[in-house]
Amino acid sequence: MFKCKTSAAVGGMGHSVKRKEDARFLHGKGNYVDDVKLPGMLTMVMVRSPYAYAKIKSINKEKALAIPGVLAVITGYDLAQYNLHWMPTLLSDTQMVLPTDTIMHQSQEVCAVIATDRYIAVDGAEAVEVDYEPMQAIVDPFKALDKDAPLLRPDKKGQKDNHIYHWEQGDRAKTDEVISKADVVVKERVYLPRIHVASIETCGCVASYDKDTHKMLIYMTSQAPHAIRTILALVAGHVGLSEEKIRIISPDIGGGFGGKVPVYPGYVVAIAASFLIGKPVKWIEDRSENLVNGFARDYHMDCELAATKEGKIQAFKVKTLADHGYTDSSANPSKYPTGMFSICTGSYDYAHAFAELDAVYTNKAPGGVAYRCSFRVTEAVHAIERMVDKLAAEIGKDPAQLRLENFIKKDQFPYASPLGWHYDSGDYEATLHKAMKMIGYADYNKEQAEKRKQGKLMGIGICTFTEVVGAGPSKDFDILGIAMFDSAEIRVHPTGKVLARFGTKSQGQGHETTYAQIVAEELGIPYDQVQVEEGDTDTAPYGLGTYGSRSTPTGAAAAAMAARKIRDKGKKIAAYLLEVSEEDIEWEVGKYFVKGAPEKSKTIQDVAFAAYTNFPLGMEPGFEATYYYDPPNMTFPNGAYICVVEVEKETGQIDVKRFVAIDDCGNIINPMIVEGQVHGGLTQGIAPAMYEGIEYDDEGNVLNGTFMDYLVPTAVESPHWETGHTITPSPHHPLGAKGVAESPTVGAPPAIANAIIDALSPLGIKHLDIPITPAKVWEAIQAHSK
Amino acid sequence: MIPANFTYHKATSLKDAIALSQTLGEDAKYMSGGHSLLPMMKLRFATPEHIIDISKIKGLSYIKEEGDLLKIGSLTTQTEMEHSLLIQKGYPIFSDAVKLTADPSVRNVGTIGGNIAHGDAANDQPSLMLAMRATIIAEGANGKKSIPIDDFFHGFYMTALEPSDVLVEIQIPKHKKGSGGAYHKVERKVGDYATAGVAVHVELDAGGVCRQIGIGLTNLSSVPLRLSRAEDLLKGKKITEDLIVQAGTIASEDCEPTSDLRGSEAYKRSITKTLTERMLRSALKRATS
Repeated sequence: MFKCKTSAAVGGMGHSVKRKEDARFLHGKGNYVDDVKLPGMLTMVMVRSPYAYAKIKSINKEKALAIPGVLAVITGYDLAQYNLHWMPTLLSDTQMVLPTDTIMHQSQEVCAVIATDRYIAVDGAEAVEVDYEPMQAIVDPFKALDKDAPLLRPDKKGQKDNHIYHWEQGDRAKTDEVISKADVVVKERVYLPRIHVASIETCGCVASYDKDTHKMLIYMTSQAPHAIRTILALVAGHVGLSEEKIRIISPDIGGGFGGKVPVYPGYVVAIAASFLIGKPVKWIEDRSENLVNGFARDYHMDCELAATKEGKIQAFKVKTLADHGYTDSSANPSKYPTGMFSICTGSYDYAHAFAELDAVYTNKAPGGVAYRCSFRVTEAVHAIERMVDKLAAEIGKDPAQLRLENFIKKDQFPYASPLGWHYDSGDYEATLHKAMKMIGYADYNKEQAEKRKQGKLMGIGICTFTEVVGAGPSKDFDILGIAMFDSAEIRVHPTGKVLARFGTKSQGQGHETTYAQIVAEELGIPYDQVQVEEGDTDTAPYGLGTYGSRSTPTGAAAAAMAARKIRDKGKKIAAYLLEVSEEDIEWEVGKYFVKGAPEKSKTIQDVAFAAYTNFPLGMEPGFEATYYYDPPNMTFPNGAYICVVEVEKETGQIDVKRFVAIDDCGNIINPMIVEGQVHGGLTQGIAPAMYEGIEYDDEGNVLNGTFMDYLVPTAVESPHWETGHTITPSPHHPLGAKGVAESPTVGAPPAIANAIIDALSPLGIKHLDIPITPAKVWEAIQAHSK
Repeated sequence: MIPANFTYHKATSLKDAIALSQTLGEDAKYMSGGHSLLPMMKLRFATPEHIIDISKIKGLSYIKEEGDLLKIGSLTTQTEMEHSLLIQKGYPIFSDAVKLTADPSVRNVGTIGGNIAHGDAANDQPSLMLAMRATIIAEGANGKKSIPIDDFFHGFYMTALEPSDVLVEIQIPKHKKGSGGAYHKVERKVGDYATAGVAVHVELDAGGVCRQIGIGLTNLSSVPLRLSRAEDLLKGKKITEDLIVQAGTIASEDCEPTSDLRGSEAYKRSITKTLTERMLRSALKRATS
């Protein structure tokens, strides 16, 4: 286990210090975008389409403009005058800001109403008269590829059908050959439906343009404020928004989970409106707007897993159809249109794999937004973990044993996966053994055998996942060409206190605490004397933001490296103060001392003061450092999750009796915060496994557009999470850390699905797609009872 | 998520409320806890021009036994029902239901009268009222009236209440030896409306013969549904396991569910059968213990 180097008072790595940010959150003093109120501020509300696919015949603003307090109704035609009615997405597609003629998904923005307050703006939006000519929407992505399917994006030059792109990785021929000769091949179509991130805070912004200084100040719910600033400068440079004049402040954020990475049309319209009107304009989504307009997942994966009859895995092949809605709004690194999906070969040692994917347009909201799933890792892990369980069932081998026999062994790291990743470290066997011991795996096997004799449905499900996070090394990872490094700037004040600023942006992860702990670890300055700031593009160093579990792999590494630069400078100052040569100075937490004479020492605080008051001649004064960290590799957190369920035959109700999660996220900065991340992530894992999924009818209407029907699980639905850790430090990360936030969201759904399907297996049920609801279970039982 | 414009009126007394309703006419709507009405207004499914808030009227919040009756004031909140010792001891069917209704913050404000007067077959209380054969007391422009529960629910959000009528009291036959009831619903998650819900109340004589029985169904039709055919089957008999299963079969046949996000019609019929059987067993157990 990790041994703390610092005292509890210093609070470096490994200490469960309380979160510094919580006092203001718990006291209701958080400052979210909707808390921002500026003098003369106006409110913007969107008129949204009731249809999924329609021509706009006319928009009549008159009745809305007649309402006292309604100042403007902005349409796509108004924006077209400035060429702002379309915007690029991060992956070279285009998205309407506001439409001029065609509606492409239900709830799409039709026009924007600006009024003196929100109540009036909502009444104004009700009063706008839009004449639509509805058309037959394409909802099924498979039908979108039919020869006679209408072309959804005639606006795109050269677009002849609804196919967006093809992607593939691996050796198709060799994989096919191995599969064709294998003893056993299991196949399944695995579908991960669209789900919604359900952050407590919806998206929004306040844009405030000053016509005299030409400064555009934007408060925005953004996980990546610096990247957004650059994008705005690139897309709105032609109307005079220059990057040095744009200041984005991401204040406190009430949950992001990937949903606050993209640029939404509302941001652009609010910014344009403020630019034109010269007054602050606030736009905040309401709950249903947030729920219906941004999605993750929607992958239909045809999987094949080949093995020997003894169960040695030989090859994996997956062909995916990705439903991107009407535009590809994936927020992925540019060279990775399918994110990190190629992690789909999993935690197992075999040589051959092939993955391909075709993305298509449908009449749904822009797809591809992440959901705490680090770029399609959730989809990838679900595919391989379902297939491994299916293989176990097929050959009649215990699924834990099958995994143990196929794992990449501890001494095989760094491990080159068949689809091109270099797994950094792990001890998969130890992790699974720990989970099996904690849950009492053997006893449950016996109990299950007993229960099955009594006709009861009990299931045990395992998931042993490998994550890939921390995007990423600049040679492969960029967004619009900007390399995916991240940054830290540390200033030690003369009295030895610290201001540290980062290019990342916490949305609840606890950066104000964990980054302070890293500075404490490296400099020995108590964590509570380290002030952490993020999110203001005018003050924070440039960085790509927080998503894909990247802050610890990149930002935390930058913090350590910047602190080490300061420590190195301090060594020179300490040598000067102690009148010895630099080589004679040694460091222990918080203190420089003379080799062999530890009583001759200077504290970091002494040295900090000297850096401003009494430094060697010729030395640059001050005690600050900035570091832009370009990671050499991704990090590969992993884990073993085991779940026990009981299913009631009559009603299909599922009772999750136990859930054990053992995570290996390398060295841990704050165990309490990791515990919280894991609990939240596991709950966000049970959500898509058993409750959540956006439902559409044949016309493209969203059927569950409120929290009354979009079922976000609560504490009541959550089982008692039992957690634990193995620790295999990342060999290339300065702190040996890996990132953890998304592991539980990735690992929980297949564990739960595998358990439920295992419970139902005596009836002959071999697969169910998530969410596995009681109604779905009941229907499956009926279908297999006849 | 913002309601259309409306005018808010706060009634200080029952008389005041009724007078306001008469003055304001059909565009006015009474509101007690507001937890059914306000969400509909926020989604603009309901756009009343006037809201008459009756929640602060004094004297309509009580739970008491008087003579042969249990009397519950209409403004009694779900939370007050939950914590009442009288309810917990003598009428555990209410405890079953209240704990499954919405969440604590809604129950703190939502009233039992509002739950019934809203006329929504998805609400939990109406099926309990059917099972216990309640009488609804209302007061309006034409004075006080007493409405047997079987005459109360007219259709989708429609009841026997006239526009000026305020539901003031619920009367239920007092608990006696040999009587007992139980309620359960299948819900998708906590706080959800029922996928299917079944309320059963039985009265047995000294010999264990069923003297009276009520079975009410939640969210299995456009109106709260009484399972008359099953009641007729069981009344006057000793309720055996065989009869329970027969009643369950009738329940699955006589309920009127539709397929929706909560499940298919077949699924709902099936769980209605299961729930009916289980609630009959629970009610019998309580009646005989």
